[in-house]
Amino acid sequence: MKRYLLLLPLILFGAVAVMLGVGLTLNTSQVNSPLVGKPAPDFQAPSLQTPERSVQLSDLSGQVALVNIWASWCTTCRQEHPYLMALSEQGIPIYGIDYKDERPKALAWLEQYGNAYRAIAFDAQGRVGMDWGVYGVPETYVIDRQGVIRHKHIGAITAHSLREQLQPLIAELRREGESR
Amino acid sequence: MTMARSVFMMVLFAFVVAIAGVADAASTLYRFDNPDQAQRFQALTEQLRCLVCQGESIADSNADLAKDLRSRVHEMILAGRSNRQIMQFMTDRYGDFILYKPPFAPRTYFLWAGPLLLLLLVSAVMIKYVGRTRRDKQSTIGLQHDERARLSRLLGESGEPKTDRTQT
Repeated sequence: MKRYLLLLPLILFGAVAVMLGVGLTLNTSQVNSPLVGKPAPDFQAPSLQTPERSVQLSDLSGQVALVNIWASWCTTCRQEHPYLMALSEQGIPIYGIDYKDERPKALAWLEQYGNAYRAIAFDAQGRVGMDWGVYGVPETYVIDRQGVIRHKHIGAITAHSLREQLQPLIAELRREGESR
Repeated sequence: MTMARSVFMMVLFAFVVAIAGVADAASTLYRFDNPDQAQRFQALTEQLRCLVCQGESIADSNADLAKDLRSRVHEMILAGRSNRQIMQFMTDRYGDFILYKPPFAPRTYFLWAGPLLLLLLVSAVMIKYVGRTRRDKQSTIGLQHDERARLSRLLGESGEPKTDRTQT
């Protein structure tokens, strides 16, 4: 019994060290979204290119798709843009939400860097973004055939995250849909 | 003297007013139907964390997202939504992380109970340890009957009084 008590401070120290260690290595800039695993929030917003038409969640229905939140004022969006173009060329449907942007600037941006999107919802007030739990741009959501959010990527897509996370997940979700 | 003092008081007053003005800047942009709503707005925005600058509440932060969240809270208060509904709106979208005060859920039982558990543990150790040293004192430091007799004999020889002062 005495021996145990002598070890107690060491055990307590170890426990605290482990907890602090875990706390320090957590990446708090990437907040887990409570929306992952839930049906994507419904939205309806005017199309960026043709304002009289609207873009809504049902446009995505039945496909494995990406929803990418971007803006012309967002410099990191420019970094990830080539990867979105590549995904688009592979036939993966990408839908854009143009977050708190100005229409002429956004259109000029697409002109300059290319349009990777099937459709773009123009979210001038950021209301759609708020429903999607957006807190920084860019963010990319992977939606399965049932319309459920399966993954949220925060920040720019990189070659690494594309190869290690997004592409394998998209391939898996596509297989998942076929086997049903 | 009184002159200097009154000048000092005036400067102090101006300073306090200036600080109050700055602190109030975030909420004065919004109009409410009654003071109760303004108070709720203040309380709610202070409990919500700004996810961009995580050390600040949305009441304090100047980030764009914080502004949007503030105006959404304002809008919901005017629409007659309860505090509970507003907090639910926020956690549905941004998760528990947006709350400065974590909820009492299975995931956070240890967090909430931790300090109490630690207190109990330390108290148990203290009681055990203190109890043991007290017993130790009695058994090893306390003198046996023959030792006490010998001690008083020795003290008597050196001219000290024969009263037994070592009795514990």
